[in-house]
Amino acid sequence: MHEFDLSNAVLATVRKHAAGRRVTHVTLRIGRLRQVVKETLAFYLGIVGKDTECEGATLEIIDVPAVLRCTRCKNEWEIEIPAFICGTCGPGAVEVATGEEFMVESIEVEDEENAACTAPR
Amino acid sequence: MHRTKVRVVEDALDANNTIAAANRSDFDRSGVTVVNLMSAPGAGKTMLLERALEGLAEDGLRVGVLEGDVQGSFDADRLSLLHLPVVQLNTGNGFGGECHLDANMVRSALPAVPLDDIDLLLVENVGNLVCPAEFRIGEDAKIMVCSVTEGEDKPLKYPLMFRSCELVIINKVDLLEYLDFDVDRLEANILQVNPQATVMRVSAKTGDGVDAFRAWLQALPARAGATA
Repeated sequence: MHEFDLSNAVLATVRKHAAGRRVTHVTLRIGRLRQVVKETLAFYLGIVGKDTECEGATLEIIDVPAVLRCTRCKNEWEIEIPAFICGTCGPGAVEVATGEEFMVESIEVEDEENAACTAPR
Repeated sequence: MHRTKVRVVEDALDANNTIAAANRSDFDRSGVTVVNLMSAPGAGKTMLLERALEGLAEDGLRVGVLEGDVQGSFDADRLSLLHLPVVQLNTGNGFGGECHLDANMVRSALPAVPLDDIDLLLVENVGNLVCPAEFRIGEDAKIMVCSVTEGEDKPLKYPLMFRSCELVIINKVDLLEYLDFDVDRLEANILQVNPQATVMRVSAKTGDGVDAFRAWLQALPARAGATA
C-alpha cells in the first residue's frame, strides 16, 4: 500500500533531474528490506506519471539483497526472513550492510541534438 | 533527438527528508523534543496518551499533541480534556485521506502548535503499520504501540515498522486472560527484527505499566538535549 506514496516520491526525484526533458527510462535501486512490491510501484508510476514528461517511460528495478553485518565478529550474511541476529554473537551487534536502499539510480532523457552546442561553457 | 543517461543516485525520499530537517530545526530552536507515535488502527495510541500524559502535566513537563487522523477530530476531542495544547491534523477532506503523516503535512500544522510553550510534542500518526515507517517528520524518537489482539507474528510481517521504532509498547495486556495469545512469542518476534528495541507491557485501560512509559517520556528531553 505504501507504493503509491513511494511512486510520487520517485516521480518528484525523476522530474527534478529531468529538468523538463522527456524521460524514456528510469532505473531504481531498491533494497529488499523496503518491502516494495515492484509490480505495484510500476503500476502507480504509470498513473502518477501520466501527462508529465515521464509518461510512457520504461522502468527497471535493481534488487538489492538484505545483507547484515555483525560488528563483533565481522561476519556478513544475506537474510531471506527478518531475523536480525548474528548466529555466532547473538543480537545487539547486527547492522544492515545493504537492503535499505530506495534510490533513483539513473534516468534516460531525450536531449535536443544541438543541446551540447548551446549549453553554457 | 538523442538519448542521454543521467546518473542520479539520490534517495527518492530526499525531498521529504529535507522538509523533516526544516521541522527539526524549528523544534530545536524552541527546545522541543518530538515523538512520532505509530501503530495499527485501534491498538490504543489515544488511550495510552490519555493515561500517560495525565501524569506528565502534574510533573511539570509541558506537553503538546499533534493528532494525525485521516478524518475527524474524535481523538483530539478526547485529549483536549487533559487541558493540553492539542492540534488536529487531518490528512483528507470528508471521505478519507492519506494513510500517514509526512514531513510536509507536519510542517503545515506547525504554525498552530505553540512550540515555545511546550517541552515535548507527541505526534500521533495515522493508524497504519506500513507507510508511516517510511516518512520522517523531524522526530527525536519513533515509538509504536502493538496490542495483544493483533497477532504474535506482526513484527515478522511489518519489519520495516518494528525496526524503525526504539520503543515498542505491547498494549491491552489486561485482555491476556481472555485470549489465546502468546505475549512472550510476540516479544521474541519484536526482538528478532529489532534486537535494540525497548519493550514495555502496558494496559492503557487499567493503567498497568503506564508509569514505565511515563518515565521513558520524562527522560527523553534530557537525552535529546545531550545529543543536540
